[in-house]
Amino acid sequence: MEKEKKRNKGSDFVQGLFDGIPIGLGYLSVSFGFGIMAVGAGISVFEAFMISLTNLTSAGQAQGVSVIAAGGTLFEMALVQFIINIRYALMALSLSQKLDDRFTLPHRLLAAYGITDEIFAVCSTKEGNIRPKYMYGVILISTMGWVSGTFLGAAAGELLPSSVTSALGLVLYGMFLAIIVPPARKHFGILFTVLCAAMLSVICKFFLPFLSGGFTVIICSVIAAVAGALIFPRKEKDEEGEEADE
Amino acid sequence: MTMAAYIIVMAGMTYLIRMLPFAFFRKKIKSEFIKSLLYYVPYAVLSAMTIPAVFYSTGSFPTAIAGTVAALVLAYFDLPLIVVALAASLTAFITGFFF
Repeated sequence: MEKEKKRNKGSDFVQGLFDGIPIGLGYLSVSFGFGIMAVGAGISVFEAFMISLTNLTSAGQAQGVSVIAAGGTLFEMALVQFIINIRYALMALSLSQKLDDRFTLPHRLLAAYGITDEIFAVCSTKEGNIRPKYMYGVILISTMGWVSGTFLGAAAGELLPSSVTSALGLVLYGMFLAIIVPPARKHFGILFTVLCAAMLSVICKFFLPFLSGGFTVIICSVIAAVAGALIFPRKEKDEEGEEADE
Repeated sequence: MTMAAYIIVMAGMTYLIRMLPFAFFRKKIKSEFIKSLLYYVPYAVLSAMTIPAVFYSTGSFPTAIAGTVAALVLAYFDLPLIVVALAASLTAFITGFFF
């Protein structure tokens, strides 16, 4: 009882900060790679910083930078962000079922900014309902890691030898592989979708070179995901138990 | 096209995708197809973004391939994201001395 009362007084925020430390550290190093990538694509340090602050997402930003570098249209940019980030809608949906009553509309509007794969993972696996302050804590420390890493990568990236910066170009892709490989190993449907998308992407690169990177990603991922959903529809029970084998 | 316009479109679209369902959606999606599709989309996107782009990410095929193989092996053994990401990079860096 006593403890519960104390918890209400604002240590929710501290708990959120604490739970978010691993995310913040992870983001720091990954966004360092993003900063280098952005500057390499001709984007200024300040612009890279602003992109990270306003977007807070790895895949969307990486692809966004290549759209900018290629001089793509704003329509392409919007479509690319839509397809790449549509997964957040699913996470937001799922997370909305877990919110505390204190999560009024203004809180929802604010906290929605911070729905990322990792923040979603931490919040959705937390016991009980989520309070606004807790989520703000997780978001704050994660965002600090993300923007400071971007700044450092963009600013110091130019000072580092090219052998280091070119190797750091792999950081984001390494993270992407770390996200897709473990579930692909466990679920045949994911493995199928992933291989299908990779194959289509290679085909586009070499046989449809007039397609820009952004559209290639959109076309390949939509076809692969539709194929995956048609051939390997997921059953209800798989939804929660990620570990359940097919 | 100015940079500000790109950033506003990027940030606006990303925010709307997160905010609309978070703030306003109260029902549960019933369609098995839509649920499956939403489930597969992130993996498809990440895969299409990574292959073949990762092989060009370091400016040299041998280092990129070495880094990718390292990432695949470590990811296969379920190591944390950050370990896989940094090890891939380190492998490419070390391989760089030989090629």
